[in-house]
Amino acid sequence: MRHRVTQLVRIMEDQPHRGRRSPLRMLSRLAVFGVTVLLAGCHLALFDPRGDIGMQERHLIVVALGIMLAVVIPVIALTLFFFWRYRDTNKQATYDPTWAHSTGIEIVVWGIPCVIVVFLSVLIWGTTHALDPYRPLTSNAQPVRVQVVALNWKWLFIYPDYGIATVNQLVVPAKTPINFQLTADSIMNSFFIPSLGSQVYAMAGMQTQLHLIADEPGTYRGMSSAFSGAGFSDMRFEVKATSDADFRAWVASTRHGSGTLTHDSYLTLARPSVNNAPATYATVDSGLFDEVVNQYMPSMSGMPGMRNATNRAKE
Amino acid sequence: MFGKLSLSAIPFDEPIIMGTLLAVCLLGAALLGAITYYRKWRYLWSEWFTSVDHKRIGVMYIILALVMLLRGFADAIMMRAQQAIAASGSAGYLPPHHYDQIFTAHGVIMIFFVATPLILGLMNVIVPLQIGARDVAFPFLNQFSFWLTAVGVVLVMMSMFVGDFAATGWVAYPPLSELGYSPTVGVDYYIWSLQASGLGTLLTGVNLMVTILRMRAPGMNLMKMPVFTWTALITCVLIVAVFPVLTATLAMLAADRYLGMHFFTNEAGGNAMMYINLIWVWGHPEVYILILPCFGAFSEIIPTFSGKPLFGYKSMVYATASIGVLSFFVWLHHFFTMGSGANVNAFFGIMTSIISIPTGVKLFNWLFTMFRGRVRYHSSALWTVGFMVCFAVGGMTGVLLAVPGADFVLHNSLFLVAHFHNVIIGGVVFGSLAAINFWFPKVFGFTLDERWGKVSFWCWQIGFYLAFMPLYVLGFDGMTRRMNHYDNPDWHPWLVVALAGAVVIAMGILSTGIQFFVSIRHRHENRDLTGDPWNARSLEWSTASPAPFYNFATIPTITSLEQHWDNKVHGRAYVKPEHYEPIHMPRNTGDGFIMAAWSLPLCFALVWHIWPLALVSLAAIVVTFIARTYNRDTDYYVPANEVARIENERYARLATVTRISQPSSRHQEAA
Amino acid sequence: MSSTTLPVMHDHASHDTSSMTTLGFWIYLMSDCLIFAVLFATFGVLAGNTADGPAGRDIFNLRYVAGETLLLLLSSFTFGAGMLSAKAGRRNALLVWLAVTLLLGAAFVGMELHEFAALIHDGAGPGVSAFLSAYFTLVGTHGLHVTLGILWLGVMMHQVFHYGVDEVVLRRLNCLSLFWHFLDLVWICVFTFVYLREFL
Repeated sequence: MRHRVTQLVRIMEDQPHRGRRSPLRMLSRLAVFGVTVLLAGCHLALFDPRGDIGMQERHLIVVALGIMLAVVIPVIALTLFFFWRYRDTNKQATYDPTWAHSTGIEIVVWGIPCVIVVFLSVLIWGTTHALDPYRPLTSNAQPVRVQVVALNWKWLFIYPDYGIATVNQLVVPAKTPINFQLTADSIMNSFFIPSLGSQVYAMAGMQTQLHLIADEPGTYRGMSSAFSGAGFSDMRFEVKATSDADFRAWVASTRHGSGTLTHDSYLTLARPSVNNAPATYATVDSGLFDEVVNQYMPSMSGMPGMRNATNRAKE
Repeated sequence: MFGKLSLSAIPFDEPIIMGTLLAVCLLGAALLGAITYYRKWRYLWSEWFTSVDHKRIGVMYIILALVMLLRGFADAIMMRAQQAIAASGSAGYLPPHHYDQIFTAHGVIMIFFVATPLILGLMNVIVPLQIGARDVAFPFLNQFSFWLTAVGVVLVMMSMFVGDFAATGWVAYPPLSELGYSPTVGVDYYIWSLQASGLGTLLTGVNLMVTILRMRAPGMNLMKMPVFTWTALITCVLIVAVFPVLTATLAMLAADRYLGMHFFTNEAGGNAMMYINLIWVWGHPEVYILILPCFGAFSEIIPTFSGKPLFGYKSMVYATASIGVLSFFVWLHHFFTMGSGANVNAFFGIMTSIISIPTGVKLFNWLFTMFRGRVRYHSSALWTVGFMVCFAVGGMTGVLLAVPGADFVLHNSLFLVAHFHNVIIGGVVFGSLAAINFWFPKVFGFTLDERWGKVSFWCWQIGFYLAFMPLYVLGFDGMTRRMNHYDNPDWHPWLVVALAGAVVIAMGILSTGIQFFVSIRHRHENRDLTGDPWNARSLEWSTASPAPFYNFATIPTITSLEQHWDNKVHGRAYVKPEHYEPIHMPRNTGDGFIMAAWSLPLCFALVWHIWPLALVSLAAIVVTFIARTYNRDTDYYVPANEVARIENERYARLATVTRISQPSSRHQEAA
Repeated sequence: MSSTTLPVMHDHASHDTSSMTTLGFWIYLMSDCLIFAVLFATFGVLAGNTADGPAGRDIFNLRYVAGETLLLLLSSFTFGAGMLSAKAGRRNALLVWLAVTLLLGAAFVGMELHEFAALIHDGAGPGVSAFLSAYFTLVGTHGLHVTLGILWLGVMMHQVFHYGVDEVVLRRLNCLSLFWHFLDLVWICVFTFVYLREFL
């Protein structure tokens, strides 16, 4: 436990967004320490992230909470204290039955939240840009592209650079940025791997982006976090972050494996189903992802049968 | 002839639903039988259903809300039980299609048919009394509004037994809510019940806004208006500004489903993101619509039980108004993860944290109202302090969610669920219970039992933290909302604790029920003879309890913010006027009830595509309304001697109480 | 009990009611205006999404719509003239003006229905594309309002006939007048943003 605390604190210290030693920094450092100690005992996914984005987000949560707790705790304490101190049975306490205004206190009670919000706003502006899901990650490694299609109710992952695809199983190399392009076949979902960080919606007829990285090999949980109908709870997938070599070996074995994902087999796959076992496809029709994105554009009806997505859901 | 309706619409194969249906039928039959046996139909019809008295209508709103609280809570405890069971491979006892309806119904009911009627009811009861008016501006419209809300309730309840309810989540995002993916009538029930009750809410907003702007007692300028009335005014402005957006949005969804249009479909150029934007343009101000009147109630309760005026009245008014304005600029924080650019996300994140400034100011002002006061530990005061603690936590987690970078991992998680229960239970439920305990004697003439009130308070407090603190933890562990079952064994113990919390809350609800029962039984011992049981400060406490149907025998002239308190201090309170004038009052009418009653078959027919019935019902509503415009006997005068008789009884009751001079002596003692 | 014994107070009370009703109706109109605002915004977002269906330029007949506009503008004028007669207490003139207004309104709705029928007949119905859905809904919602206005006009004509121009009738006519001019204003926006824009 103590080891874990020091380890976490060290992680905090290593955060990239450190600045000069202003009072705010000191305050936030202190708060970071306090909250970290509080939460260190738990192995909660968001407090035990395995990727850089998740690390930054944990840091952000802890700093923001720390800044706010600095006000919220005194407010709660003062509420309870005043409630107890000025109880009507306590005749020792001062009673000032007409006192209802104090310019000084007014300035303070408007001032404190304003100051907090100024701090928060600076924090929000910076981190929102730094953590923008569309922002590519900087790394020496060549990013791996993954195209994600949310189907009812499973996930299809297409690796356009390798011409392979998987269902309900995402294999990525660790320490390599992953560039996700996301869409949905019909119903909106949200693509979320808590241990790695940000989520983004997958919406039909549209394409969104997400950039994540896993810092170390391991197996993580992925899921949909936007309700999408009856099979929603089973829209889970496994994320395997592997070493670079293992990833290349996996790609090679997948390519030599069986299964081809064509227009027709995609239509079969897209039919509503739950609890699909993880599967791989050795080859994928190039351009499949774009066709899924464009399936609702009438003039680009390159995929017969696809437009009729509404009928499929009824089956 | 019956549209899509057939016998197969009744889910005979679902034992839980059929059991509920049986229970509802038996209870309903018992209730109707009791009313018949005690010959109360005429009384109910002439004194309640056809009443245009704002107090009666307010009470009916609150009763409706409390009944629906039971339904919404039953949904909640079923969900908690499901999640406490369905761990690691177990499917639980609720299949997804049932579970999905339950969480949708829970959200819809708690927001539209519990929280909204609670605050509409409170505003109805209190606002005219606080501003020295005899009724609202449009009493007939008020009746119609209430019964429209009741129609929404009946539709939602019917959906359980005839057909099904939406299984889409309470804001019914398309494309899931489109016909292709929700082909049953569930979403149609959702649409029409919200359209009916939404129209009622909008009309109430217009009604109370005109009431506050035009019917204040002479001398009560805006800055002499009690804070509750201020919050009611801002809430009405918000209602009028955003409920049309809900109406239009749901109408477009209905157009998609009924007329094959393409507003929000995937196909033919529809745009689901527009629905999501529009629904939150309504949805975020809606939460302020709910919370502001509760802020107002706390602002009345704290000064009363602290024995001193509200600290920073002007601050409070400005804070309320700025919350109202800012609430229009935050809606996008509900979908930071949609892929808007960083500038847009950051703007809405900052706007959202700015809205916490006036809210924070309010907390401080309540705090300093207690400072150097003499706080009496009445259950209303307990609820208020419980609220302040709870809301501070909920507000903080809300601001955390408003930080886009944090929201990217907390969005749609149980952290979010914990947050909004933290502010809505902490704010609206605690606020309404505080207000009910506080204003109950004004309406019914006797005070509520304190012992059971406090039992209820403690059950709610303990239950709340037990039920929702685990959800914060689960949110940090990446558990998303609306899961029917899950495979992560770490989540299980927390969900069991949450279920235990829900059971404790159930005991709190039960205690409130017992509180009402005990209080009614002992009503004769707890009579409020003075009209001012709490030694309170604003105008409504200057009239009798229960307030006579005309509220004030003579309209008071307002000279200060705390008129009643100042009257007591200067010995001007309870002075019997020399003579009385006849009082102009609206006549009771059944028209609003009848129009709303016809809208029930109208909505039902629309849900089931029974077009002839829909046409007939619509025609009946129009004809009833037109016929109403030919009725010129809508008001009457209460003769002066009748007023004198009622008032003399009040002064006779007052004479039996000696504590009238107490506040002034107490004031002098303290000074 | 009867109000006739208290004429002074009654007058005072109903005067109050009149001003409150007007204010309430104004507020209601503002909320109605917001419904139109939402529909306009939606139309703005979806106007380009023609989904292989026809665009506005292909199906709108500007001259026809200008005719509709003229009818509605004229009806606002005749209503205004009617209100002048009402205030002067000239019941028959008022009835004539209201009848003319009603006919103009009905002609407007008739032209709109004819336009809709022709569009649907030509395969440009509301289910063809998001653009057409938004178009039919926006214009149709306005048309529905005008239809309600016509019904209201009819009822008011009967009430003028039945009661004469008394205070209650005048109050209602005032509200209807607000409603009618409001619809005119909305139509000018429809004409500009829906129809005219296609040809600029």
